[in-house]
Amino acid sequence: MVNTWLAAVLVALLAGTVGFFVVMRGSSFVAHALPNGSFAGAAGAALVGVSTLVGLAVFAVLGALGIAGLGRRGRHDAVTALVLVLMLAVGALFLDLSSDYAPAVYALLFGEVLGISSAELAPTAAITGVCLLALLLLYRPLLLSSVVPESAQARGVGQGRIELCFLLIVALATAMTVPVVGTLLVFSLMIGAPAAARAVCDRPGRALALSVAIALLAVSVAIAGSYETDYPVGFFVGTVSAACYVLGRLVGARRRRTDDHPDHHTDHPATELVGA
Amino acid sequence: MTAAAAIVASGFFSSSSVRTALAVGAAVALVSAPLGVFTVIRSQSFAGEALGDTGTTGGAGGFLVGVGPLWGFLVINVAAGALMELLGVQRSRGRDLATGVVLGAGLGLAALFFYLDSTLHNTSGAPITVLFGSLFTVESSTLPLVLVFGVLVLAVLAVIARPLLLASTSPELAAARGVRVGLVGFAYLLSLSLSVALCAITIGSILSTALLIGPAAASLRIARRPGRAIVLAAGLGVAATWLGVLLAYDSFEWSASHPWPVSFFVVALVFVEYLLCGLVGSRHRAHPTVLDTAPPATLGG
Repeated sequence: MVNTWLAAVLVALLAGTVGFFVVMRGSSFVAHALPNGSFAGAAGAALVGVSTLVGLAVFAVLGALGIAGLGRRGRHDAVTALVLVLMLAVGALFLDLSSDYAPAVYALLFGEVLGISSAELAPTAAITGVCLLALLLLYRPLLLSSVVPESAQARGVGQGRIELCFLLIVALATAMTVPVVGTLLVFSLMIGAPAAARAVCDRPGRALALSVAIALLAVSVAIAGSYETDYPVGFFVGTVSAACYVLGRLVGARRRRTDDHPDHHTDHPATELVGA
Repeated sequence: MTAAAAIVASGFFSSSSVRTALAVGAAVALVSAPLGVFTVIRSQSFAGEALGDTGTTGGAGGFLVGVGPLWGFLVINVAAGALMELLGVQRSRGRDLATGVVLGAGLGLAALFFYLDSTLHNTSGAPITVLFGSLFTVESSTLPLVLVFGVLVLAVLAVIARPLLLASTSPELAAARGVRVGLVGFAYLLSLSLSVALCAITIGSILSTALLIGPAAASLRIARRPGRAIVLAAGLGVAATWLGVLLAYDSFEWSASHPWPVSFFVVALVFVEYLLCGLVGSRHRAHPTVLDTAPPATLGG
């Protein structure tokens, strides 16, 4: 169980951080596509007999390169969808060919409490470290090119290279999150937590911290709940993330109404006076 | 004849499940072609993708209640479409987030339903059937239902096609001409929901995007007008499903009686079509496609 909690903390830390940039950059589709695509890698790993983590990482990185290579700037949409489903279909084929079937698929798709073995804990920690370091180094250019792309370009921040780095980081984060949360719900963790944080906080630093905290909450609740009830981890992750988002939207809306945001049109002029 | 016999394994045309598979595949491909073209033009692939994935919840729930996956897909997709419209704001970034959150919650529920399926009904195969589908297991009694909903989707689309196209390419112009952009968008989203449900029954809920987006995205790399793109997409979709069914049927012969999944072949063929259309399209690069510009002349002013 100790391993599970350690893994969960790492997963939440990375998913909350990477997810923050995903939301800032508006690339939620990519964050959805890569985990699903990496499903093929996990299935292939089971077929060949190598570690699931290796299979996940290889396919997630391949997926990232495929999306970066095929997508012309600003039109990732349809290509991402196609790469995604192709990899899912390959995963289905691999699973069909390998002998172990329903339970393994199910764990891969919807998560497993004991998804990370003690042997995989060290590589998981290493991946987390590398990704966090890379995000730290790229913090300013990533934020800059997501908020004001023109200004970033003018300052000589290579858009293409930044985008590629970012895709690779998302890919690695995906690979280590999948075994715990499940292919289909990684996305929920990566989007739900930061989206909720963004709805409440305006400053990037605080939103980032809140995002990690919410991710940590979601993963802890999920693992404890799954351990107690035997329901799948993914169920708790999905519902807790969505609940946090709805709560964040409500809190954010109320705060904005009382804060008297200049570009926000309120229905009641009285609240503007109170806010001022 | 000998060539045909070499390509088509024996018993292909006499098998009733093959006939159902071909009929359902063609019907769904025809319905999803126009929807797909509009989805790609409107850059709403993510919505289609999310609807397909959320449909998993419906499929799993359908198994749980015992009404079969198609009804589950239909009900949940329409509900999810309406919810997305409700949550989504006009900015595309906010829309993506709202879509994503609905999707995440839906998949969480799907996980629970599958768990309950396996514990209550002891049907451990439900996840595979719902997620990855199999045309060969579609019962012939499903075909009329597919046709009814297919015709319904096409009828709705025929009514809203013109204003939708205008609203998709230049919302301001559409609004100026008195098109109710929001209403048209909502009608489109509902028909998309139904169409995705049909795709889900064909190749599985999480692969359904391939049939919806793939042929349309491929045809838009060549065709310059929406009308032609729709015709081409329909052709590509039918070709992919039929060839996929044929290859999967044949795979029984050469893969030691362990047939490869038909959904895999369909998706792989769609992807090949996309790449081929890119090659063909790059020769015509000089001419703008619908996606690059939206010349008002082609929209029929």
